[in-house]
Amino acid sequence: MAEKIETTPFTEDIIVKTIARILLPLILLWALYVLIHGAGGPGGGFQAGCVLAAGLILFTIAFGLKETKKIFTIKWATFLSSLGVMIYGGTGLLCLFFGGKFLEYGKLPFPIPVEGAEYGIESIEIGVGITVMAVMISIFYDLALKKE
Amino acid sequence: MRRILALIAVTLTGLVLIYGTMDFPTFGDPAAPHYRHVVPRWIQHSEDESGVPNIVTAGLANYRGYDTLFETSVIFTAGITVILLLRTRKKEVESGRKD
Repeated sequence: MAEKIETTPFTEDIIVKTIARILLPLILLWALYVLIHGAGGPGGGFQAGCVLAAGLILFTIAFGLKETKKIFTIKWATFLSSLGVMIYGGTGLLCLFFGGKFLEYGKLPFPIPVEGAEYGIESIEIGVGITVMAVMISIFYDLALKKE
Repeated sequence: MRRILALIAVTLTGLVLIYGTMDFPTFGDPAAPHYRHVVPRWIQHSEDESGVPNIVTAGLANYRGYDTLFETSVIFTAGITVILLLRTRKKEVESGRKD
């Protein structure tokens, strides 16, 4: 029963498979670019997480749910969705340890306070990105597996 | 009767909300309060204070850090809720329960 659902008509299509194989690295690279570039231009954690999740969903459309679950297990999705919030909260707590207020990035131990603020912002963006990606994929898995 | 009461309550609340919007500044009015002190401060000082040239990111992560933290928590909570509602537990599948 499970095999029947996982073998969608798309899985056998060579066009979808080839396009996905070409596009997937570019999508994932672009997601990382959006994540890192968030401080300097348009972009940020929310968008990057969505693009990363969209890449994995494209992979599922092309190669089936079974293959996706091999490279990104459901346990990892649950773990990463809480890890992102932990990175965010942990950065805030780290600022407390270095004598600032909660989420006062300027107090992080870098030579210039502005630099500390920049890296603090980068790290919380990464946390947001991880959570958004993991939650999107977790919801996608739950919806896809519901039919069984 | 209860429906009519509910309708009256909803209409009154709506009217109060609409009355509240009368005091809003005109859309795009340059003399609006938030254009007179928040926006100039962000445009002039956000790069020195937060270290990032993007004002949106500076606002999101630095000036509105708590907001973004709990936005992330809301997304996390939504994910957990979907897991609770939709995820099939392995034990039930193995023992043959279909619901």
